[in-house]
Amino acid sequence: MNNQEVEVEEGRTLLDAARALSIEIPTLCHHRAVPPAGACRICVVEVKGGGRPGLVPACAYPAQEGLVIETDTERVLASRQMTLRLLLARCPDSEVLKELAERYNAEPLPLEQKDDKCIMCGLCVRVCREVIGPSATCFTGRGADRTVSTPYKMLSDVCIGCGACAFLCPTGAIDPAEFCTHPLEKIPNEFNCGQDFRTPIHVPFPQAVPNKPVIDKDNCIHFKTGKCGACKSICPAGAIDYDMEDETVEEKVGAIIVATGYEMIDPAVYEEYGYRRYPDVLTSMEFERMVSASGATDGRLLRPSNGKPPKSVVFLQCIGSREEKIGKPYSSKICCMYTAKHAVLYKHKVHDGQAFIFYMDIRSAGKNYEEFVRRVVKEKNVTYLRGRVAKVYPRGDKLVVRGADTLSGGQVEISAEMVVLAPAMIPSSGVRELAQTLRIGYDEHGFLSEAHPKLKPVETNTAGVFLAGACHSPKDIPDSVAQASAAAGKALGLVSHEQLTREPTIGVVNEQTCNGCFECKNVCAYGAIERKELRDRKGQLLAIVAHINEGLCQGCGACSVTCRSKSIEVQGFREDQLFAEINAVSR
Amino acid sequence: MSSYKQASEDASGWQPRIVAFLCNWCSYAGADLAGVSRFEYPTNVRIIRVPCSGRVDPMFVLKSFERGADMVLVSGCHPGDCHYTTGNYHARRKLLALREMMSFLGIDPRRFKMSWVSAAEGSKWSAVIRQITDEARSLGPFESFPTFTLQEVKK
Repeated sequence: MNNQEVEVEEGRTLLDAARALSIEIPTLCHHRAVPPAGACRICVVEVKGGGRPGLVPACAYPAQEGLVIETDTERVLASRQMTLRLLLARCPDSEVLKELAERYNAEPLPLEQKDDKCIMCGLCVRVCREVIGPSATCFTGRGADRTVSTPYKMLSDVCIGCGACAFLCPTGAIDPAEFCTHPLEKIPNEFNCGQDFRTPIHVPFPQAVPNKPVIDKDNCIHFKTGKCGACKSICPAGAIDYDMEDETVEEKVGAIIVATGYEMIDPAVYEEYGYRRYPDVLTSMEFERMVSASGATDGRLLRPSNGKPPKSVVFLQCIGSREEKIGKPYSSKICCMYTAKHAVLYKHKVHDGQAFIFYMDIRSAGKNYEEFVRRVVKEKNVTYLRGRVAKVYPRGDKLVVRGADTLSGGQVEISAEMVVLAPAMIPSSGVRELAQTLRIGYDEHGFLSEAHPKLKPVETNTAGVFLAGACHSPKDIPDSVAQASAAAGKALGLVSHEQLTREPTIGVVNEQTCNGCFECKNVCAYGAIERKELRDRKGQLLAIVAHINEGLCQGCGACSVTCRSKSIEVQGFREDQLFAEINAVSR
Repeated sequence: MSSYKQASEDASGWQPRIVAFLCNWCSYAGADLAGVSRFEYPTNVRIIRVPCSGRVDPMFVLKSFERGADMVLVSGCHPGDCHYTTGNYHARRKLLALREMMSFLGIDPRRFKMSWVSAAEGSKWSAVIRQITDEARSLGPFESFPTFTLQEVKK
């Protein structure tokens, strides 16, 4: 091709050969996921030798031994130019055609102009027939009346609403709603708090580990109907396997660090703030996602009600925190700081915007935190109002926030274009069940219990299980990292010793009195009771008695209570020791 | 936090004596938390630490009454949360069976209490003690059954 030798796999086309040589050939009706049709004729190249001389479509013509091809001869260029002129007559407004026309100096022909977006490339027809399956759309009509449509131009029964046709169409001529009976269900993107949508196959968020796509089986059309399969045919690495099953992996480990994180309460329980009733009332997480450059609006802060930047934002702190009746009695720790940050971000994005923060107290105890809040108040002109908000209600297209300003001793009413609530932080759901499985403690809010509040902040009562982060108590990133480092250090310390030290308060069997009933074995939660054979010097079996495995026994004493002959004693909590205590305290 | 006044003596100067068996991991830690948090509760309770509520033999309860206790409390982890997984289930079964037999033995079953207090429940611990101390006071001193020890029989 073009005087360069090239070799490609059998069955490949001239277009593949050109791409192997980095020679550019324009295409319109070609897509790597769909079998070629050679319909648009824009990719024509000239066969100079080794076959019948003439113009052939590169996307469909198979590569053969000995072919000599030229991709930019005068004949080729003239053909492409005429093709584009004819197409432009049909679709004068098509962007993709206009771009190509500029490259090949193609001007529209002096013919009657049509006004069509469809360039008749047939990609939609082919993808629906060859890749997805239902063949819901096809070419209808002949000659000048040829169009792409459903049979009899009626709503299609077989269309599955996958949207592949619309996705592939180079000119955006297809709106599936015109012929699709099933409304295309949009899946809210959970990471962006439902502010935009995602496909069933998706990478959950940019920093996901592993950073690979995953298929949401419940919404995937292939899993629902057996059709589609577009992702698999597009994947150049062949990495998609619909038959993959969930694997249960069992690992024996020496230490576990629980870092299950947090969620936030649903502020809709406070009906007076109008969350989910008025579209411009957001949670702090929704605000955070919207101002993020990787969020649904690429970082532009826009009112959900009208899509315009808000000229005034009111932040409400302590929604559900420090509140005993229907909320949480504790302080969620992070909200004062992130609200200050959000107010600053808002002012950076909307320079003439007004920011108000209703607070009870400002908790800014970390390093440089207080100085930051002071700067927000003084330099960024954020208005801090010490008081609670009674109600948020709409007036016209704005929201009225009515609250108290205790430092000036009066009520305030602020007309806001956006209200941001800071909900209380709670442990992740399902944490209580996890704690019971790991045999660690938790408090009434579900926060996991440390072994000692001062001296063992990262250990739990179960040896080998450690805690880090917000699952233990509300905390921000620096404190979570510090706690995680401590937990990792403790875990490494545990597994790096050659010998393990343990409490000596374990059970011991009196082999003289044990009669081998093994009731103790039934109550031991650790399987620490074993059968031991007592033999005389000749090797004759004298008795089978219980024996306690010192490595497994945890010293709970259930066996000791169960033993009918009182042959098991827990060292340090023996019966005579406990009776001595009872004697001493009962009088 | 309301302060709890010291248990006032009745006319004869009698104070109820409550012996409590606390499991090390939950109830004992919960009582410790009550102390650290400065919750106030009556001093009539005497705590005996055991590794698990499942270590409490029914004989310990009876021995306590025999030796002079007016009320016995056994407190452990909440069901499902036992540090040794199943110990508190054994305790619950054995000690409920004991309670069934207590009137036969001549002991008012109301003098035997069980509670579940977790390591985070300092305030619950102090509330439990306040409540059972009141009840012990209203039940009066426990007239012990005759023992074979050298103990003067109260007339």
